[in-house]
Amino acid sequence: MNLTLKIWRQPDASSAGAMHTYQLADVSEDMSFLEMLDVLNEQLNAEGEEPIAFDSDCREGICGACGLMINGDAHGPEVTTTCQLHMRSFKDGETITIEPWRSEGFPVVKDLIVDRSAFDRIIQQGGYVSVNTGSAPEAHSVPVPKEDADRAFNVATCIGCGACVAACPNGSASLFMGAKITHLGLLPQGQPERDERVVNMVAQHDFEGFGGCTNIGACTAACPKEIPLDVISQLNKDLRTAIRHGH
Amino acid sequence: MSHDTVMTADHDDAAGYYTPGSPLVDTKAPDAPIAERWETRKFEARLVNPANRRKLNVIIVGTGLAGASAAATMGEAGYHVKTFCYQDSPRRAHSIAAQGGINAAKNYKEDGDSVHRLFYDTVKGGDYRSRESNVYRLAEVSTNIIDQCVAQGVPFAREYGGLLDNRSFGGVQVSRTFYARGQTGQQLLIGAYQALERQIAAGTVAMYSRHEMLELVVADGKARGIIARDMVTGEIQTHLADVVVLASGGYGNVFYLSTNAMGSNVTAAWRAHRKGAYMANPCYTQIHPTCIPVTGTHQSKLTLMSESLRNDGRIWVPKNQADCDKDPRDIPEEDRDYYLERIYPAFGNLVPRDIASRAAKYQCDDGRGVGPEVDGVRRGVYLDFADAIERLGRDAVENKYGNLFDMYARITGEDPYAVPMRIYPAVHYVMGGLWVDYDLQSTIPGLFVTGEANFSDHGANRLGASALMQGLADGYFVLPHTIRDYLADGPFEPIAEDHPAVVEARASVEGRIEHFLTVNGERSVDSYHRELGNIMWEYCGMERTEDGLKKAIDLIRSLKDDFYRNVKVLGSAETLNQSLEKAGRVADFFELGELMCIDALNRRESCGGHFRGESQTEDGEALRHDDEFAYVSAWEWAGEDAAPVLHKEDLVYSAIEMKQRSYK
Ligand SMILES: Cc1cc2nc3c(=O)[nH]c(=O)nc-3n(C[C@H](O)[C@H](O)[C@H](O)COP(=O)(O)OP(=O)(O)OC[C@H]3O[C@@H](n4cnc5c(N)ncnc54)[C@H](O)[C@@H]3O)c2cc1C
Ligand code: SF4
Ligand code: FES
Repeated sequence: MNLTLKIWRQPDASSAGAMHTYQLADVSEDMSFLEMLDVLNEQLNAEGEEPIAFDSDCREGICGACGLMINGDAHGPEVTTTCQLHMRSFKDGETITIEPWRSEGFPVVKDLIVDRSAFDRIIQQGGYVSVNTGSAPEAHSVPVPKEDADRAFNVATCIGCGACVAACPNGSASLFMGAKITHLGLLPQGQPERDERVVNMVAQHDFEGFGGCTNIGACTAACPKEIPLDVISQLNKDLRTAIRHGH
Repeated sequence: MSHDTVMTADHDDAAGYYTPGSPLVDTKAPDAPIAERWETRKFEARLVNPANRRKLNVIIVGTGLAGASAAATMGEAGYHVKTFCYQDSPRRAHSIAAQGGINAAKNYKEDGDSVHRLFYDTVKGGDYRSRESNVYRLAEVSTNIIDQCVAQGVPFAREYGGLLDNRSFGGVQVSRTFYARGQTGQQLLIGAYQALERQIAAGTVAMYSRHEMLELVVADGKARGIIARDMVTGEIQTHLADVVVLASGGYGNVFYLSTNAMGSNVTAAWRAHRKGAYMANPCYTQIHPTCIPVTGTHQSKLTLMSESLRNDGRIWVPKNQADCDKDPRDIPEEDRDYYLERIYPAFGNLVPRDIASRAAKYQCDDGRGVGPEVDGVRRGVYLDFADAIERLGRDAVENKYGNLFDMYARITGEDPYAVPMRIYPAVHYVMGGLWVDYDLQSTIPGLFVTGEANFSDHGANRLGASALMQGLADGYFVLPHTIRDYLADGPFEPIAEDHPAVVEARASVEGRIEHFLTVNGERSVDSYHRELGNIMWEYCGMERTEDGLKKAIDLIRSLKDDFYRNVKVLGSAETLNQSLEKAGRVADFFELGELMCIDALNRRESCGGHFRGESQTEDGEALRHDDEFAYVSAWEWAGEDAAPVLHKEDLVYSAIEMKQRSYK
């Protein structure tokens, strides 16, 4: 198939960016979306134009490095990551608009690459269990009901891609944060620090410039790992409990 | 099929390609019965008192399982740690992609597992080409890993009673693999990442994301720092320390197409190699039997389908070439060849990876492959779940493998619940890596190497679910103990930024960058990488021969030459520049690829993942030659145009008897 691509180009964080239009011919439907961009980059390189910068690493939908706004949708039209999106989801002759994540919390670094280090800083504020290496008890000393373990796993599959933020009109990272709060909150190991965790992570979230949640649900619709919206209810509940406990 | 050729000492295929060097020995493993070596070493390794730890600076390159676990643990112990990764966050290291699981000798299933059995299975699986002291220790600490991860909140799969579930994994007959659906690597890495972030918040660890190590600083005979490029601003930085740890992962991307992440590279290890760290067994590559087949030249990487699928899926090809393009569901049972079950009745679909991979290649070479033709050959075999779905029900299959099935459907556009999957082998893991002693220290004092980047534990072939085990064993439980013996002599004399070793290292980095940006030739970096990969896959892949390897060396040399004269890298050094990053990595892959071929040429035997066409039994099985090749090949860099020097470390087994492997 033949495509018209409108792509955001921006030399670096401090320069202005603009949309550029490119034509790409002979795209195979078996290509992944990023392989299509690889082919475009080969073409640009041959023509003497600097290739378009975009993040990707695993290209298996698990590392969370990739992430583009494709025709206004985070990760494009399917419920998956950009690297797992394939060209069979597009039609011959189509015009595709490609932009970076847009959010105050994620400044653009170059072209389609953004800075998501705010997510790491949110985790630093309590997204862990404080247990030093070597001090762990025998693994079977604390059984965990299968139901809780399964649900903890499901929400722990968040890949930290940031699509939830990009999709949210408020630029909120509540889904990302709620996933971690819920994961650790469901396990016995996560209980001792439960109150502090939620209070400190929420404070960092707000400090980073992410917006508040108004229950729109665009995040969960865009999430490639289908993290459910009720993790945000859990987040709010944990926050209320922590406040009641005097935090 | 050629038959086993008897080798004599004067018949050295690699003669002329290398210089023989002095023997190498590991002096760190205590001379004690195998089960007491680790306790003894931990006791003998000197301690660093807590007040001194704060004065000691540790650089760790890599934040995968091996790096993040080490950084967190060293931070907790109170050392001053700096850690580096090329991704935008440590959470994205390639370890995240591991699917199937992690082994540990917990014996929760009471099926006869033990530390000794895990040790035995690992040495046997590695085809008696690993160092037994290291492997025994790995099996010993494996149980601590599970305890640690559970305490961190890693959501492993559990049974209804709330206890941890296990499954059996390729090549072994006990159930000792712990897993988190098909995303075990992700969950383990997130556990280690969270422990790391906790230390970053505590101020013990400083994290440098989007920073690539491009050179090692070796001053006065010791590793004392690295030169890194800030990948956003292009700034070349000098980071100095008392000790450097490389946890930079594997180099499978020398084959261009592999299951590794796009950025996985050999640069950190290779730069250390050029500074004096020996490279051990570089030719030992693991080719994974269950990957999604290639669809065309645009292919940028290959996707692994976890080998846990082989527990319930059955592998077959049509008996008749005429059936190869039929709908597999229309091929009756009697016209299917379940070739692994036929040839290896005892292990069936669970034979080790190298056997399963080669068997698939032979079926396809024989014209019985399935799926689309690429370059005139159908390269694919079926992995069929119809029986499993009938036996266990669709829900049970979905519960176990749901995310893998979804991934397959997404990539191929086919529904694996209805139509058998198609799979083909792909490069997956490298057993080779920088040589380390029992302490995980390389031949450069003060340079330690952990995880896939070292060669230590898997011999010529790695068992499934053992890389995660090794990465975490190294990082949480081994390195923090062994490194203190080295650091007990520190802090070392500070070195200045104008020390000749620093100046030289920086100049070398700047010179290379300058070169790539000014060649202004005709071809893209990727086009060279793809061509190099094709050479490696063709001649240094599943089957290697003397003629093929010699041809490959010539091809690599001339391609490398062309690369330096004709590559085209646009953009500047002062901004984020992905072509420039790739150019540096591909340049190092050329040199590594050549050494891999020389290593494969020298090892005229078949062992584990290394199969020499000249060394096979009458029925085409790999044939080892313990009398001549029971050694680790440790290669020393001898300079740009000089032949590498081969040092041999003899493998001595005291706790296990060497046997010719048989899975029949
Ligand atoms: C698809 C797939 C599935 C797998 N499944 C399993 C499994 O089920 N069980 C199992 O046991 N094993 C599995 N493996 C193997 C296992 O995942 C890896 O061997 C292991 O995770 C490697 O860990 P590591 O910490 O050594 O390196 P990596 O996780 O590769 O980490 C390397 C780190 O080094 C950094 N780095 C590299 N070069 C530089 C540089 N020059 N400068 C700065 N930083 C650098 C990277 O940024 C990264 O942080 C699988 C592998 C693949 C590819
Ligand atoms: S919650 Fe979903 S969309 Fe948000 S970071 Fe996690 S995986 Fe991405
Ligand atoms: S590249 Fe890793 S999730 Fe897309």
